[in-house]
Order: sequence, then structure tokens, then C-alpha cells
Amino acid sequence: MNALFARDMRLATRAGGSALLALAFFAGVATLVPLGVGADLRLLARIAGGVLWVAAVLAALLSLDRLFQADYEDGSLDLVALAPGSLEAAAFAKIAAHWLTTGLPLTLLSPLLGLLFDLPERGYPALAVSLLLGTPAVSAIGAVGAALTLSIRRGGLILPLIVLPLLAPIVIFGAGAVLAALDGSANGALWLVAAFSMVAVLLSPFAAAACVRLHLGS
Amino acid sequence: MVFRGLSLRAESGRALSLEGPNGAGKSSLLRMLAGLLAPAAGDISFETARGAVGEAEERGRLVGLLAHQDAVKPQLTPRETLDFHARLYGVAACAPVLLERVGLKRQAELPCQYLSAGQKRRLALARLVLSARPLWLLDEPLAALDAQGKDLLRAMIATHCAAGGIVVAATHDPLGVDCARLALGAA
Repeated sequence: MNALFARDMRLATRAGGSALLALAFFAGVATLVPLGVGADLRLLARIAGGVLWVAAVLAALLSLDRLFQADYEDGSLDLVALAPGSLEAAAFAKIAAHWLTTGLPLTLLSPLLGLLFDLPERGYPALAVSLLLGTPAVSAIGAVGAALTLSIRRGGLILPLIVLPLLAPIVIFGAGAVLAALDGSANGALWLVAAFSMVAVLLSPFAAAACVRLHLGS
Repeated sequence: MVFRGLSLRAESGRALSLEGPNGAGKSSLLRMLAGLLAPAAGDISFETARGAVGEAEERGRLVGLLAHQDAVKPQLTPRETLDFHARLYGVAACAPVLLERVGLKRQAELPCQYLSAGQKRRLALARLVLSARPLWLLDEPLAALDAQGKDLLRAMIATHCAAGGIVVAATHDPLGVDCARLALGAA
């Protein structure tokens, strides 16, 4: 499934790909919120983690609805199903490519955007690490939603309804980790983010592959 | 229920054309043979040198599919499309030779969004040959092809059959090759 991974990476980074779109959306939200909230630096520092986490999840969702749908509509998914590898491996390859082209760039950009919120120095490690650990879960759970809705026109409308409730815990703990770092309290939230992410990445390929089989056979 | 009581047998080195009006279930039958769609009742089995293959996923490993969509990504070039497919299917990449054979040599490095419908179809044909699968399932293979493209397709079918392969093609128009015929009933 290296082939599928390499192709998805290439498609996402080519002109018109999803990588730049997610990054631009993330930067746009993170730039507008401080402008909207105003110059209360204490308040901005407190909400930085939450706003950046929400923006990251929404930015990732932007490209998730096409994750399987594009391949389903043009027939590529049939050819993948007939290929020697398993659909589970294919789903994992697509999740990995999605994370590398959205989750990872968002994580790398987040410290820069933290500056716009006047985030104190001790908040940066928690922000970057929580995003690094948590965004794989966003791609993984999002992929299950994408596979469930792959044959629905305007599936992008239903996808957030399915996926957002499942992603709520990771937003809560991710943003909580940043706050805990600001308060200097013990940071158990990061471990929860890591655990949540690990379970999501391990189980999602199986769920996504099952959904794809269901759609191909109907 | 699209059809019932259907029985067909395709033999090595032979082509079979499925004929019938729109909605007769030609595409559904092809997808069933490929193992992508489960029949409501009945069995499908492929006899191979290593015994009978009945399980859907294993049947899929023997199938080269030319569906009515071309499965061509507009951002990729024809050469990239074939190279990706070769890696996906674990077969040797021979994009330049195949592209020359289907008449896309000059467009090899052009993003597929600039190809015409017929040229995309030719690319899909090249990919089918590249798959190196014994059973070809073709859904309206003549669609969008010009006269020269149709001749090319007929030559490919003949070569594939001569090498002991099997071709099952769903088509409205006569395929134009020596083949057995199965008419699916009027809807």
C-alpha cells in the first residue's frame, strides 16, 4: 500500500491539493480570532489552546469528506479493492497520507500562530505536543466518517455530524493540556490525548475498510 | 432482483460478450464476477491451475477491471498513473512501452486533465494490460474510443485471449471480435 500512500501524498501537495487549503484555513481562523476578541492579552493566552485546537479539527475536516469519495466517484476505489493488498492497509495508507499532509503541517505552524495569542513560553511545548499526538486521531476518526458517507452527495454536510461528537474528547483534552501547562499543574491530559489517538489509529482502518466494502457492494 | 436463473461459463482463450438493453444488469454481473458485489443467491467460481477460487476477495485478485469510469486522476500524468498502478498491483512498470502502444506517447508527461475522453479511455486500456490479470471484465469498452482506438481494443482482446486469458465484455454495440454471446433479458 506504499503506492497508495505515495499517490495520496502527491495529490494532496499538487496544485489544487488539500494540504495548502487546510493550512490556509487554519492560519486564517487563528489570525481572525485575536482580531475579533480584541487586545485582552490575558484572555487571548487562556483561549489560545482551545481556538487552535478547534481550528485544527475544522481545517482537517475540510479535506476529509473527499478522502474516499473522490476515489469512489472516479472508479479508483474499485481498482484498489481488486489490488493485492487488503482494504484495511489501504485505509491506513490514506489516513497516514492525510495526517502527513494536514495534521503535521498544522502542528508545525501552530507555535507561530500561538504568538498571535501572546501565549506564554511554557504553553508552547504543550500546544505542539498535544497537536502532534492528537491530530492522527482526527485523520483516523475522520476517515471512518468519510468512508461511511462516501456515496452520499454533499456528504460533507453529514460528515461533521458523525465525526465531531467523536472528536470532542480529543479537543477537550488537547486544549486542556495547554491550559494545564499555563497553570503549571500536572499534565495528565497529554497522556489521555496520546491514548485516545493510539486507539483511534489502531481501530479506524478496520472500521473504514468495513464501510468501504459496504458501499462497493451496493 | 435484476436477474435470476442465470448461468454462464467462460473458457480460457475465449471472449464472451454480454448484451442487453440498459438496466438489464450487465454492469452488476461484471461487478459480481469481480467479487465487488455479492449475488443474492448462487455461486461464482473460477477454475485455476491451483484449484477452484470461489471467495470474493480472492476472485478479485484474478480480475482486471475496465469500468465505465476511467479512474484517471486529473492531477497526475499518464506515466504517473501507470507507475502508481504498477506499484499498487505489484507488477513490473513498463509505462513507456504501453503508452506508445495505446498512442499516448506524446502525452506521457501531460496532466490527465488535458486528455480527451477517448485518450483517458486509452490510458485505462494501458492500465488494464499492465495489471496482467487473467480475467478481463470490460464495461462498455468501446465507449469514447475512435475507430483506431476500437481496432486497438480488438487487437488487445485478441492478444489476451491468444495468451490464454478470458475476456467478458458488457456492450451495446457488437464487439467486433470472434466471441460467444450472452443476451441478458429485457428489463
